[in-house]
Amino acid sequence: MACAASTERSRLTTVDAQHRSLTARALALHPQVSLRPEPFGALAYHYGTRRLVFLKHLDVVRVVQALDQHDSVGAAFEACGIESHRRPAFEKALTSLIESEMLHDR
Amino acid sequence: MTGLVEQLKAGLDAPICLTWELTYACNLQCVHCLSSSGRRDPRELTTAEAKRVLDELHDLQVFYINIGGGEPMIRRDFFELVDYSISRNVGVKFSTNGAFIDAAKARRLAAMDYLDVQISLDGTDAVTNDAVRGVGSYDTARRAMDHLADAEFGPFKISVVVTRHNVDQLDTFKQLADGYGAQLRVTRLRPSGRGADAWHDLHPTNLQQRKIYDWLLAHGENVLTGDSFFHLNALGESLPGLNLCGAGRVVCLIDPIGDVYACPFVIHDEFKAGSVRDAGGFAHVWKRSELFRELREPQSAGACASCGSYDACQGGCMAAKFFTGLPLDGPDPECVRGHGELALAGVGGGSVPRPAMDHSKPQRPTPVTLIRK
Amino acid sequence: MDQTIIDNPSIEAAPVLAEQPADELLEELLIEEISIDGMCGVY
Repeated sequence: MACAASTERSRLTTVDAQHRSLTARALALHPQVSLRPEPFGALAYHYGTRRLVFLKHLDVVRVVQALDQHDSVGAAFEACGIESHRRPAFEKALTSLIESEMLHDR
Repeated sequence: MTGLVEQLKAGLDAPICLTWELTYACNLQCVHCLSSSGRRDPRELTTAEAKRVLDELHDLQVFYINIGGGEPMIRRDFFELVDYSISRNVGVKFSTNGAFIDAAKARRLAAMDYLDVQISLDGTDAVTNDAVRGVGSYDTARRAMDHLADAEFGPFKISVVVTRHNVDQLDTFKQLADGYGAQLRVTRLRPSGRGADAWHDLHPTNLQQRKIYDWLLAHGENVLTGDSFFHLNALGESLPGLNLCGAGRVVCLIDPIGDVYACPFVIHDEFKAGSVRDAGGFAHVWKRSELFRELREPQSAGACASCGSYDACQGGCMAAKFFTGLPLDGPDPECVRGHGELALAGVGGGSVPRPAMDHSKPQRPTPVTLIRK
Repeated sequence: MDQTIIDNPSIEAAPVLAEQPADELLEELLIEEISIDGMCGVY
Protein backbone atom coordinates (compact mmCIF):
# COMPACT_ATOMS: atom_id res chain seq x y z
CA MET A 1 0.00 0.00 0.00
CA ALA A 2 2.80 2.41 0.96
CA CYS A 3 4.78 1.48 -2.21
CA ALA A 4 1.75 2.10 -4.46
CA ALA A 5 1.20 5.48 -2.85
CA SER A 6 4.80 6.62 -3.31
CA THR A 7 4.84 5.39 -6.93
CA GLU A 8 1.63 7.33 -7.47
CA ARG A 9 3.23 10.39 -5.85
CA SER A 10 6.30 10.13 -8.14
CA ARG A 11 4.08 9.75 -11.21
CA LEU A 12 2.13 12.83 -10.21
CA THR A 13 5.36 14.71 -9.58
CA THR A 14 6.61 13.87 -13.11
CA VAL A 15 3.30 14.90 -14.69
CA ASP A 16 3.30 17.99 -12.50
CA ALA A 17 6.85 18.83 -13.58
CA GLN A 18 5.99 18.48 -17.29
CA HIS A 19 2.91 20.62 -16.71
CA ARG A 20 4.93 23.26 -14.93
CA SER A 21 7.65 23.22 -17.55
CA LEU A 22 5.24 23.99 -20.41
CA THR A 23 3.32 26.67 -18.55
CA ALA A 24 6.58 28.35 -17.57
CA ARG A 25 7.84 28.60 -21.14
CA ALA A 26 7.81 31.80 -23.20
CA LEU A 27 6.59 30.82 -26.66
CA ALA A 28 5.93 32.50 -29.98
CA LEU A 29 4.71 31.59 -33.44
CA HIS A 30 7.59 30.43 -35.60
CA PRO A 31 8.57 33.30 -37.94
CA GLN A 32 7.79 31.18 -41.00
CA VAL A 33 4.21 30.59 -39.81
CA SER A 34 1.24 32.53 -41.12
CA LEU A 35 -1.94 32.60 -39.04
CA ARG A 36 -5.16 33.14 -40.95
CA PRO A 37 -8.29 33.81 -38.83
CA GLU A 38 -11.42 31.87 -39.77
CA PRO A 39 -14.97 31.78 -38.36
CA PHE A 40 -14.18 28.44 -36.67
CA GLY A 41 -10.78 29.47 -35.34
CA ALA A 42 -7.79 29.78 -37.62
CA LEU A 43 -5.51 28.17 -40.16
CA ALA A 44 -1.80 28.10 -39.39
CA TYR A 45 0.64 27.36 -42.21
CA HIS A 46 4.39 26.87 -41.94
CA TYR A 47 5.96 27.95 -45.25
CA GLY A 48 9.13 26.01 -44.56
CA THR A 49 7.67 22.62 -43.63
CA ARG A 50 4.44 23.03 -45.72
CA ARG A 51 2.50 21.84 -42.69
CA LEU A 52 -1.03 23.10 -42.28
CA VAL A 53 -2.85 23.07 -38.97
CA PHE A 54 -6.44 23.91 -38.13
CA LEU A 55 -6.91 25.66 -34.81
CA LYS A 56 -10.43 24.49 -34.12
CA HIS A 57 -11.57 26.86 -31.42
CA LEU A 58 -11.41 30.64 -31.16
CA ASP A 59 -9.99 30.39 -27.65
CA VAL A 60 -6.95 28.45 -28.92
CA VAL A 61 -6.39 31.21 -31.45
CA ARG A 62 -6.57 33.89 -28.76
CA VAL A 63 -4.07 32.00 -26.63
CA VAL A 64 -1.67 31.53 -29.55
CA GLN A 65 -1.94 35.22 -30.43
CA ALA A 66 -1.32 36.18 -26.79
CA LEU A 67 1.79 34.03 -26.35
CA ASP A 68 4.41 36.51 -27.50
CA GLN A 69 2.95 39.27 -25.34
CA HIS A 70 3.31 37.27 -22.13
CA ASP A 71 6.31 35.88 -20.28
CA SER A 72 4.83 32.41 -20.00
CA VAL A 73 2.13 30.11 -21.29
CA GLY A 74 0.57 30.26 -17.85
CA ALA A 75 0.36 34.05 -18.02
CA ALA A 76 -1.22 33.81 -21.49
CA PHE A 77 -3.84 31.39 -20.12
CA GLU A 78 -4.62 33.86 -17.33
CA ALA A 79 -4.86 36.81 -19.68
CA CYS A 80 -7.20 34.86 -21.99
CA GLY A 81 -9.38 33.72 -19.13
CA ILE A 82 -8.85 30.00 -19.70
CA GLU A 83 -10.32 28.24 -16.67
CA SER A 84 -8.04 25.69 -15.02
CA HIS A 85 -10.20 22.67 -15.91
CA ARG A 86 -9.74 23.49 -19.60
CA ARG A 87 -5.99 24.00 -19.43
CA PRO A 88 -4.88 20.38 -19.89
CA ALA A 89 -6.57 20.30 -23.31
CA PHE A 90 -4.95 23.63 -24.22
CA GLU A 91 -1.55 22.41 -23.03
CA LYS A 92 -1.97 19.36 -25.23
CA ALA A 93 -2.78 21.64 -28.17
CA LEU A 94 0.25 23.86 -27.53
CA THR A 95 2.51 20.84 -27.13
CA SER A 96 1.29 19.54 -30.47
CA LEU A 97 1.99 22.94 -32.05
CA ILE A 98 5.52 22.91 -30.62
CA GLU A 99 6.08 19.41 -31.98
CA SER A 100 4.94 20.48 -35.44
CA GLU A 101 7.28 23.50 -35.22
CA MET A 102 4.45 26.00 -35.44
CA LEU A 103 5.44 27.39 -32.03
CA HIS A 104 8.91 27.77 -30.61
CA ASP A 105 10.62 29.03 -27.48
CA ARG A 106 11.45 32.75 -27.48
CA MET B 1 -18.32 23.17 -31.94
CA THR B 2 -19.25 22.26 -35.53
CA GLY B 3 -17.14 19.52 -37.06
CA LEU B 4 -14.23 20.79 -39.12
CA VAL B 5 -15.44 19.07 -42.29
CA GLU B 6 -18.89 20.67 -41.95
CA GLN B 7 -17.24 24.07 -41.60
CA LEU B 8 -15.12 23.51 -44.72
CA LYS B 9 -18.11 22.29 -46.76
CA ALA B 10 -19.74 25.63 -46.04
CA GLY B 11 -16.78 27.34 -47.67
CA LEU B 12 -14.15 29.75 -46.38
CA ASP B 13 -13.60 33.44 -47.12
CA ALA B 14 -10.56 32.49 -49.15
CA PRO B 15 -9.31 29.27 -50.71
CA ILE B 16 -6.76 27.25 -48.74
CA CYS B 17 -5.03 26.16 -51.93
CA LEU B 18 -5.88 26.51 -55.61
CA THR B 19 -4.76 25.40 -59.05
CA TRP B 20 -3.70 28.02 -61.53
CA GLU B 21 -3.23 26.82 -65.09
CA LEU B 22 -0.88 29.31 -66.70
CA THR B 23 -1.27 28.20 -70.30
CA TYR B 24 -3.12 25.78 -72.55
CA ALA B 25 0.06 25.37 -74.57
CA CYS B 26 1.76 22.02 -74.14
CA ASN B 27 4.51 20.02 -75.76
CA LEU B 28 2.66 16.78 -74.97
CA GLN B 29 -0.74 15.40 -75.94
CA CYS B 30 -1.61 13.08 -73.06
CA VAL B 31 -4.70 11.07 -73.93
CA HIS B 32 -6.41 11.89 -70.62
CA CYS B 33 -5.52 15.60 -70.33
CA LEU B 34 -8.06 17.20 -68.04
CA SER B 35 -7.67 20.59 -69.70
CA SER B 36 -7.55 19.35 -73.32
CA SER B 37 -4.31 21.27 -73.67
CA GLY B 38 -2.00 21.63 -76.66
CA ARG B 39 -2.40 25.05 -78.25
CA ARG B 40 -1.98 28.39 -76.49
CA ASP B 41 -5.18 30.41 -76.17
CA PRO B 42 -4.63 33.93 -77.53
CA ARG B 43 -6.70 35.35 -74.65
CA GLU B 44 -4.13 34.23 -72.06
CA LEU B 45 -3.61 36.48 -69.05
CA THR B 46 -0.76 38.93 -69.53
CA THR B 47 2.17 39.04 -67.11
CA ALA B 48 0.68 42.16 -65.53
CA GLU B 49 -2.73 40.54 -65.13
CA ALA B 50 -1.12 37.47 -63.61
CA LYS B 51 0.76 39.57 -61.07
CA ARG B 52 -2.46 41.29 -60.08
CA VAL B 53 -4.00 37.89 -59.42
CA LEU B 54 -1.03 37.06 -57.21
CA ASP B 55 -1.51 40.35 -55.36
CA GLU B 56 -5.08 39.28 -54.67
CA LEU B 57 -3.99 35.85 -53.49
CA HIS B 58 -1.54 37.55 -51.14
CA ASP B 59 -4.30 39.74 -49.72
CA LEU B 60 -6.53 36.68 -49.25
CA GLN B 61 -3.67 34.86 -47.53
CA VAL B 62 -3.76 31.92 -49.91
CA PHE B 63 -0.76 29.97 -48.64
CA TYR B 64 0.02 27.64 -51.53
CA ILE B 65 -0.88 27.29 -55.17
CA ASN B 66 -0.44 24.55 -57.73
CA ILE B 67 0.76 26.09 -60.98
CA GLY B 68 -0.15 23.86 -63.90
CA GLY B 69 -1.37 23.98 -67.47
CA GLY B 70 -0.76 22.67 -70.23
CA GLU B 71 2.95 22.87 -69.55
CA PRO B 72 3.53 25.96 -67.38
CA MET B 73 7.25 26.21 -68.13
CA ILE B 74 6.37 27.07 -71.72
CA ARG B 75 5.34 30.55 -70.62
CA ARG B 76 8.21 33.01 -71.12
CA ASP B 77 7.36 34.69 -67.80
CA PHE B 78 7.24 31.40 -65.89
CA PHE B 79 10.15 32.15 -63.54
CA GLU B 80 9.13 35.78 -63.23
CA LEU B 81 5.68 34.73 -62.03
CA VAL B 82 6.98 32.04 -59.69
CA ASP B 83 9.44 34.48 -58.14
CA TYR B 84 6.70 37.08 -57.81
CA SER B 85 4.34 34.61 -56.17
CA ILE B 86 6.91 33.61 -53.59
CA SER B 87 7.78 37.24 -52.93
CA ARG B 88 4.09 37.80 -52.14
CA ASN B 89 4.04 34.92 -49.63
CA VAL B 90 2.12 32.57 -51.90
CA GLY B 91 4.06 29.31 -51.86
CA VAL B 92 4.29 27.49 -55.17
CA LYS B 93 4.10 23.94 -56.36
CA PHE B 94 4.22 23.59 -60.12
CA SER B 95 3.18 20.53 -62.12
CA THR B 96 5.30 19.74 -65.13
CA ASN B 97 6.11 16.97 -67.61
CA GLY B 98 9.78 17.84 -67.10
CA ALA B 99 10.63 18.65 -70.73
CA PHE B 100 12.04 22.05 -69.80
CA ILE B 101 14.02 21.01 -66.73
CA ASP B 102 17.58 20.69 -67.94
CA ALA B 103 20.65 20.77 -65.69
CA ALA B 104 20.74 24.57 -65.58
CA LYS B 105 17.04 24.94 -64.81
CA ALA B 106 17.33 22.28 -62.14
CA ARG B 107 20.10 24.28 -60.47
CA ARG B 108 18.02 27.44 -60.75
CA LEU B 109 15.05 25.69 -59.15
CA ALA B 110 17.25 24.22 -56.42
CA ALA B 111 18.35 27.73 -55.46
CA MET B 112 14.76 28.84 -54.90
CA ASP B 113 12.97 28.49 -51.61
CA TYR B 114 9.28 27.83 -50.89
CA LEU B 115 9.00 26.06 -54.21
CA ASP B 116 7.83 22.49 -54.83
CA VAL B 117 8.14 20.65 -58.13
CA GLN B 118 5.76 17.91 -59.19
CA ILE B 119 6.62 15.72 -62.16
CA SER B 120 3.88 13.75 -63.89
CA LEU B 121 4.45 10.07 -64.59
CA ASP B 122 1.83 7.45 -65.44
CA GLY B 123 3.92 4.32 -65.73
CA THR B 124 7.05 2.82 -64.19
CA ASP B 125 8.34 1.94 -67.64
CA ALA B 126 8.22 3.67 -71.00
CA VAL B 127 5.73 1.23 -72.48
CA THR B 128 3.08 1.87 -69.84
CA ASN B 129 3.76 5.57 -69.47
CA ASP B 130 4.16 6.52 -73.10
CA ALA B 131 0.92 4.79 -74.12
CA VAL B 132 -0.84 7.59 -72.21
CA ARG B 133 1.63 10.47 -72.32
CA GLY B 134 3.33 10.01 -75.67
CA VAL B 135 6.54 8.59 -77.10
CA GLY B 136 9.60 9.77 -75.21
CA SER B 137 7.67 11.23 -72.27
CA TYR B 138 8.90 8.62 -69.80
CA ASP B 139 12.53 9.38 -70.63
CA THR B 140 11.82 13.10 -70.44
CA ALA B 141 10.32 12.79 -66.97
CA ARG B 142 13.13 10.59 -65.65
CA ARG B 143 15.74 12.94 -67.06
CA ALA B 144 14.11 15.86 -65.27
CA MET B 145 14.10 13.88 -62.03
CA ASP B 146 17.76 13.02 -62.48
CA HIS B 147 18.61 16.69 -63.09
CA LEU B 148 16.75 17.69 -59.92
CA ALA B 149 18.55 15.00 -57.97
CA ASP B 150 21.95 16.07 -59.36
CA ALA B 151 21.21 19.67 -58.47
CA GLU B 152 20.26 18.59 -54.93
CA PHE B 153 16.84 20.15 -55.26
CA GLY B 154 15.60 18.07 -52.37
CA PRO B 155 12.31 16.17 -52.23
CA PHE B 156 10.22 16.71 -55.34
CA LYS B 157 6.84 15.11 -56.05
CA ILE B 158 5.99 12.40 -58.54
CA SER B 159 2.35 12.53 -59.58
CA VAL B 160 0.62 9.48 -60.97
CA VAL B 161 -2.87 9.27 -62.43
CA VAL B 162 -4.03 5.77 -61.59
CA THR B 163 -5.31 3.84 -64.60
CA ARG B 164 -6.27 0.30 -65.51
CA HIS B 165 -2.75 -0.20 -66.81
CA ASN B 166 -0.67 1.06 -63.90
CA VAL B 167 -2.61 -0.17 -60.86
CA ASP B 168 -0.21 -3.09 -60.55
CA GLN B 169 2.74 -0.69 -60.55
CA LEU B 170 1.90 1.11 -57.30
CA ASP B 171 4.63 -0.64 -55.32
CA THR B 172 7.15 0.10 -58.06
CA PHE B 173 6.10 3.76 -58.15
CA LYS B 174 6.73 3.90 -54.41
CA GLN B 175 10.17 2.37 -54.85
CA LEU B 176 10.94 4.86 -57.61
CA ALA B 177 9.92 7.77 -55.41
CA ASP B 178 11.86 6.38 -52.44
CA GLY B 179 14.93 6.01 -54.64
CA TYR B 180 14.88 9.74 -55.34
CA GLY B 181 13.80 10.71 -51.84
CA ALA B 182 10.72 12.05 -53.59
CA GLN B 183 7.12 12.17 -52.42
CA LEU B 184 4.65 10.01 -54.30
CA ARG B 185 1.25 11.36 -55.19
CA VAL B 186 -1.36 9.04 -56.72
CA THR B 187 -4.58 10.57 -57.98
CA ARG B 188 -7.86 9.50 -59.44
CA LEU B 189 -8.52 9.63 -63.17
CA ARG B 190 -11.57 11.72 -63.97
CA PRO B 191 -13.40 11.74 -67.32
CA SER B 192 -12.45 15.40 -67.78
CA GLY B 193 -11.10 17.12 -70.87
CA ARG B 194 -9.68 14.52 -73.25
CA GLY B 195 -10.19 12.12 -70.35
CA ALA B 196 -13.85 11.87 -71.34
CA ASP B 197 -12.87 9.84 -74.39
CA ALA B 198 -10.14 7.85 -72.68
CA TRP B 199 -12.07 7.13 -69.51
CA HIS B 200 -13.93 4.00 -70.54
CA ASP B 201 -10.70 2.26 -71.51
CA LEU B 202 -8.51 3.69 -68.77
CA HIS B 203 -10.50 3.87 -65.57
CA PRO B 204 -9.78 1.11 -63.04
CA THR B 205 -12.12 -1.88 -62.82
CA ASN B 206 -14.09 -2.62 -59.66
CA LEU B 207 -11.54 -5.22 -58.61
CA GLN B 208 -8.74 -2.74 -59.22
CA GLN B 209 -10.50 -0.09 -57.12
CA ARG B 210 -10.44 -2.53 -54.22
CA LYS B 211 -6.70 -3.01 -54.84
CA ILE B 212 -6.15 0.75 -54.82
CA TYR B 213 -8.12 1.12 -51.61
CA ASP B 214 -6.21 -1.67 -49.86
CA TRP B 215 -2.89 -0.25 -51.05
CA LEU B 216 -3.75 3.24 -49.84
CA LEU B 217 -4.77 1.91 -46.43
CA ALA B 218 -1.40 0.22 -46.19
CA HIS B 219 0.68 3.16 -47.50
CA GLY B 220 -1.51 6.18 -46.87
CA GLU B 221 0.87 7.70 -44.33
CA ASN B 222 3.59 8.34 -46.88
CA VAL B 223 1.64 8.82 -50.09
CA LEU B 224 -0.42 11.84 -51.07
CA THR B 225 -3.69 11.35 -52.89
CA GLY B 226 -5.01 14.87 -53.25
CA ASP B 227 -7.92 13.39 -51.31
CA SER B 228 -9.14 12.05 -54.65
CA PHE B 229 -10.22 8.57 -53.61
CA PHE B 230 -12.86 9.34 -51.00
CA HIS B 231 -15.46 7.57 -53.16
CA LEU B 232 -13.66 4.37 -52.11
CA ASN B 233 -14.42 4.98 -48.43
CA ALA B 234 -17.59 2.94 -48.85
CA LEU B 235 -15.31 -0.12 -48.96
CA GLY B 236 -14.50 0.10 -45.26
CA GLU B 237 -12.65 2.45 -42.91
CA SER B 238 -12.14 5.90 -44.34
CA LEU B 239 -8.87 6.76 -46.02
CA PRO B 240 -6.75 9.39 -44.28
CA GLY B 241 -7.54 12.98 -45.22
CA LEU B 242 -10.44 15.38 -45.20
CA ASN B 243 -12.53 13.20 -47.50
CA LEU B 244 -14.52 16.06 -48.89
CA CYS B 245 -15.01 17.64 -52.31
CA GLY B 246 -13.13 20.89 -52.02
CA ALA B 247 -14.40 22.42 -55.27
CA GLY B 248 -15.68 25.95 -54.72
CA ARG B 249 -15.35 25.50 -50.96
CA VAL B 250 -11.65 25.42 -50.15
CA VAL B 251 -10.11 25.12 -53.63
CA CYS B 252 -10.80 26.23 -57.19
CA LEU B 253 -9.17 26.66 -60.60
CA ILE B 254 -7.99 29.81 -62.35
CA ASP B 255 -7.57 28.92 -66.00
CA PRO B 256 -5.11 30.46 -68.52
CA ILE B 257 -7.60 33.07 -69.71
CA GLY B 258 -8.59 34.05 -66.17
CA ASP B 259 -11.80 32.07 -65.89
CA VAL B 260 -12.54 30.66 -62.45
CA TYR B 261 -13.93 27.14 -62.22
CA ALA B 262 -14.89 25.07 -59.19
CA CYS B 263 -11.91 22.80 -59.81
CA PRO B 264 -9.59 21.72 -62.67
CA PHE B 265 -11.73 18.66 -63.41
CA VAL B 266 -14.83 20.63 -64.30
CA ILE B 267 -13.74 23.05 -67.01
CA HIS B 268 -17.27 23.56 -68.31
CA ASP B 269 -19.78 26.43 -68.22
CA GLU B 270 -21.85 24.51 -65.69
CA PHE B 271 -19.02 24.95 -63.18
CA LYS B 272 -17.69 28.34 -64.20
CA ALA B 273 -17.95 30.87 -61.38
CA GLY B 274 -16.69 33.97 -63.18
CA SER B 275 -13.48 35.60 -64.35
CA VAL B 276 -10.58 37.36 -62.66
CA ARG B 277 -11.10 40.02 -65.34
CA ASP B 278 -14.57 40.82 -63.94
CA ALA B 279 -14.96 43.87 -61.73
CA GLY B 280 -13.91 42.83 -58.24
CA GLY B 281 -11.35 40.37 -59.55
CA PHE B 282 -10.74 36.92 -58.14
CA ALA B 283 -11.79 37.83 -54.59
CA HIS B 284 -15.25 38.85 -55.74
CA VAL B 285 -15.70 35.63 -57.72
CA TRP B 286 -14.58 33.51 -54.77
CA LYS B 287 -16.76 35.23 -52.24
CA ARG B 288 -19.86 36.19 -54.23
CA SER B 289 -20.35 34.00 -57.28
CA GLU B 290 -23.69 32.27 -57.64
CA LEU B 291 -22.03 28.91 -58.38
CA PHE B 292 -19.82 28.92 -55.31
CA ARG B 293 -22.69 30.02 -53.09
CA GLU B 294 -24.68 27.03 -54.36
CA LEU B 295 -21.80 24.63 -53.79
CA ARG B 296 -21.45 25.89 -50.22
CA GLU B 297 -25.05 25.00 -49.43
CA PRO B 298 -25.68 21.52 -47.98
CA GLN B 299 -25.80 19.13 -50.92
CA SER B 300 -28.66 16.73 -51.50
CA ALA B 301 -27.93 13.02 -51.38
CA GLY B 302 -30.70 12.53 -53.91
CA ALA B 303 -30.75 8.97 -55.19
CA CYS B 304 -28.00 8.06 -52.70
CA ALA B 305 -30.07 8.99 -49.65
CA SER B 306 -31.21 5.42 -49.04
CA CYS B 307 -27.70 3.97 -49.32
CA GLY B 308 -25.93 3.31 -46.05
CA SER B 309 -22.56 4.25 -47.57
CA TYR B 310 -23.40 7.87 -48.42
CA ASP B 311 -21.83 9.31 -45.26
CA ALA B 312 -18.55 7.65 -46.18
CA CYS B 313 -18.44 8.31 -49.93
CA GLN B 314 -20.65 11.42 -50.14
CA GLY B 315 -21.82 10.40 -53.57
CA GLY B 316 -18.31 10.66 -54.99
CA CYS B 317 -16.97 13.17 -57.48
CA MET B 318 -18.98 15.86 -59.32
CA ALA B 319 -16.63 15.74 -62.30
CA ALA B 320 -16.88 11.96 -62.63
CA LYS B 321 -20.66 12.18 -62.62
CA PHE B 322 -20.99 15.20 -64.86
CA PHE B 323 -18.74 14.02 -67.67
CA THR B 324 -20.27 10.55 -67.77
CA GLY B 325 -23.73 12.06 -68.13
CA LEU B 326 -24.89 11.13 -64.61
CA PRO B 327 -26.94 13.44 -62.39
CA LEU B 328 -24.98 15.16 -59.62
CA ASP B 329 -27.43 14.01 -56.94
CA GLY B 330 -26.85 10.33 -57.54
CA PRO B 331 -24.11 7.71 -57.57
CA ASP B 332 -20.58 8.18 -58.85
CA PRO B 333 -19.91 6.19 -62.06
CA GLU B 334 -17.35 4.19 -60.07
CA CYS B 335 -19.63 3.67 -57.06
CA VAL B 336 -18.16 0.68 -55.24
CA ARG B 337 -21.65 -0.69 -54.60
CA GLY B 338 -22.31 -0.85 -58.34
CA HIS B 339 -25.03 1.81 -58.32
CA GLY B 340 -23.07 3.92 -60.79
CA GLU B 341 -22.79 1.15 -63.38
CA LEU B 342 -26.53 0.68 -63.19
CA ALA B 343 -27.12 4.40 -63.66
CA LEU B 344 -24.68 4.60 -66.60
CA ALA B 345 -26.71 2.00 -68.47
CA GLY B 346 -29.52 4.51 -68.62
CA VAL B 347 -27.43 7.37 -70.04
CA GLY B 348 -28.27 8.27 -73.64
CA GLY B 349 -25.39 8.60 -76.10
CA GLY B 350 -26.06 12.21 -76.98
CA SER B 351 -26.56 13.47 -73.45
CA VAL B 352 -22.98 13.37 -72.18
CA PRO B 353 -21.61 16.94 -71.75
CA ARG B 354 -18.56 17.89 -73.79
CA PRO B 355 -15.68 19.95 -72.35
CA ALA B 356 -16.01 23.74 -72.62
CA MET B 357 -13.06 24.29 -74.92
CA ASP B 358 -10.64 22.09 -76.76
CA HIS B 359 -7.09 23.38 -77.08
CA SER B 360 -5.84 20.07 -78.40
CA LYS B 361 -3.44 20.23 -81.31
CA PRO B 362 -5.01 19.03 -84.53
CA GLN B 363 -4.44 15.36 -85.25
CA ARG B 364 -1.27 14.83 -87.21
CA PRO B 365 -2.46 13.85 -90.70
CA THR B 366 -1.61 10.32 -91.77
CA PRO B 367 1.58 10.53 -93.87
CA VAL B 368 0.80 10.27 -97.54
CA THR B 369 3.33 8.68 -99.85
CA LEU B 370 3.93 11.04 -102.75
CA ILE B 371 4.15 9.25 -106.07
CA ARG B 372 6.55 10.90 -108.49
CA LYS B 373 5.29 10.90 -112.04
CA MET C 1 -17.74 2.23 -8.39
CA ASP C 2 -21.05 2.97 -6.64
CA GLN C 3 -21.88 -0.01 -4.41
CA THR C 4 -25.60 0.11 -5.29
CA ILE C 5 -24.77 -0.40 -8.97
CA ILE C 6 -22.54 -3.39 -8.25
CA ASP C 7 -25.20 -4.96 -6.04
CA ASN C 8 -28.12 -4.47 -8.43
CA PRO C 9 -28.14 -7.22 -11.09
CA SER C 10 -30.84 -5.57 -13.22
CA ILE C 11 -28.63 -2.49 -13.71
CA GLU C 12 -25.62 -4.63 -14.61
CA ALA C 13 -27.71 -6.36 -17.27
CA ALA C 14 -28.82 -3.07 -18.85
CA PRO C 15 -27.14 -2.13 -22.17
CA VAL C 16 -24.33 0.43 -21.96
CA LEU C 17 -25.30 3.63 -23.75
CA ALA C 18 -22.71 5.41 -25.91
CA GLU C 19 -21.31 8.27 -23.89
CA GLN C 20 -21.36 11.77 -25.28
CA PRO C 21 -17.85 13.17 -25.08
CA ALA C 22 -17.48 15.58 -22.19
CA ASP C 23 -16.55 19.16 -23.01
CA GLU C 24 -13.01 18.39 -21.93
CA LEU C 25 -12.72 15.62 -24.52
CA LEU C 26 -14.19 17.79 -27.28
CA GLU C 27 -11.67 20.45 -26.42
CA GLU C 28 -8.86 17.97 -26.67
CA LEU C 29 -9.45 18.00 -30.41
CA LEU C 30 -8.40 21.63 -30.58
CA ILE C 31 -5.77 21.05 -33.27
CA GLU C 32 -6.02 19.10 -36.49
CA GLU C 33 -3.29 18.79 -39.04
CA ILE C 34 -3.85 18.10 -42.71
CA SER C 35 -1.66 18.30 -45.76
CA ILE C 36 -1.74 21.59 -47.68
CA ASP C 37 -1.43 19.38 -50.72
CA GLY C 38 -4.19 17.04 -49.62
CA MET C 39 -7.39 18.76 -50.67
CA CYS C 40 -9.60 17.34 -53.36
CA GLY C 41 -9.73 19.52 -56.46
CA VAL C 42 -5.99 20.25 -56.72
CA TYR C 43 -3.79 18.00 -58.83
